[in-house]
Amino acid sequence: MRPSTEPQPLSTPVGLAPDPIVRFQNVSKNWGSNQVLKSLNFEVAPGEKVSIIGPSGSGKTTILRILMTLETPSEGLVKVDGDVLWDVTAGQKVRETKQMRETRRKIGMVFQQFNLFPHMTAMENVIEAPIHVLGMNKAEAKERAAELLNLVGLGKHMNHTPPQMSGGQQQRVAIARALAMRPRVLLFDEPTSALDPELIGEVLNVIRNLAHTTDMTMLMVTHEMRFAEEISDRVVMFDNGAAVESGPPAQIFKDPQQERTRTFLRAVLQH
Amino acid sequence: MIWDNNFAVSVIPLLLEGLWVTVKITLLGTLLAAVLGLFFAILRRLAIPVLSPVVSFFVVFVRGTPLLVQAYCAFFVLPAYGLSFDAFTTGVVVIGVNYSAYMAEVYRSGIQGVPKGQWEAATALSLPGSRTWSRIILPQAIRTVVPMLGNYLIQMFKDSAVLSAITVVELMATAQAIGSSSFRYLEPLTLAALLFLAISYPASRLVNRLERRYAPQH
Repeated sequence: MRPSTEPQPLSTPVGLAPDPIVRFQNVSKNWGSNQVLKSLNFEVAPGEKVSIIGPSGSGKTTILRILMTLETPSEGLVKVDGDVLWDVTAGQKVRETKQMRETRRKIGMVFQQFNLFPHMTAMENVIEAPIHVLGMNKAEAKERAAELLNLVGLGKHMNHTPPQMSGGQQQRVAIARALAMRPRVLLFDEPTSALDPELIGEVLNVIRNLAHTTDMTMLMVTHEMRFAEEISDRVVMFDNGAAVESGPPAQIFKDPQQERTRTFLRAVLQH
Repeated sequence: MIWDNNFAVSVIPLLLEGLWVTVKITLLGTLLAAVLGLFFAILRRLAIPVLSPVVSFFVVFVRGTPLLVQAYCAFFVLPAYGLSFDAFTTGVVVIGVNYSAYMAEVYRSGIQGVPKGQWEAATALSLPGSRTWSRIILPQAIRTVVPMLGNYLIQMFKDSAVLSAITVVELMATAQAIGSSSFRYLEPLTLAALLFLAISYPASRLVNRLERRYAPQH
């Protein structure tokens, strides 16, 4: 191990892969007799934009939910940025720990159903956690929230509540709310699946901008194949609780190696 | 028995005093029930070993026994064990605790009605549990149950007549006392009924309006 006094290298030396920011090691998740994840091994490099595709029920959303601690793995080790998030041996009863709570702070999530707080304005939604979790003062939190809401194109809607906004606007507030916590890893769980078709574009634009302008790690479960192809560094195909194929978008979409990937893509790209 | 207008008018001041006691019992009792009920609902939801099952049992026990029996026990039995308060205080506590069990169920339905996604968003933002309850869950849960709590307030207003059995001199006890001392029950009891109605009817209209205003937001 490198002594702490030595300066950190500015970039990773050539030929040495950086430590993964997200690491799943032999992670399983069972619902009764149904195995949603089967001893999954999966890694994401810092700054990497990864899209997860696959049929529903394939376990792809479960990966995000385990990372956000919304779901407990039945077994396995999950590390984020070197810190243990989950370390579960089969049959063990798991409790929330301080370590888990601290590690969780490095992760943010954008939900399919937005999950904004309906009784609070857009501004209040965004400043809530920075003030009460990060301990930011209110003026500073508001200033930053205003920047973020401008970034997602909602500068004029800061004082509106979710019921006064369209689905696309709500999802953009939700993205600003997640960004306000400065996560190292941002998870997107089918962020456009609940939107009217004409509102999908405005949300994808925001995500595209984030993918191009930040070094934040992004992990996205999506059915928007063309979008996944455009913004991802890597696409992972999931089926039946396991990663069947993983590779750069050009390979997965133009020259998939696995028959399961080919049949899936043929089915979803047909329309 | 024929209605005697002069007698009726003469007993109104006394009955109004009784009404004031009834109103005080209702307001204090509702306050106690609303706070205690919320406390019980949260404790049950937190699923704390031993404590939560004890609270659950207490709620079932209170709901499963008559208010009159509880009032008698508190007023005539507990003093034998050194717990003795005046009738008014005992009455407020008994009716407040009794209604807290019902209100706990009301809050529970309100808390259950808050979508799971709200809890998940709070977790995703790492909000502490206390903040999640006070700022995210309860404001949404309580909003939807305000009309139901209002209905219980009206019901308590009428139920408080039961406390006349433990010598609380509220509206019903006052009417009975006037009757037994003058041998005229028609006027005081009729007026007592009208006074109950004069308050409960507008109150239930108000609750109906609250129901429309606090319709769920989702």
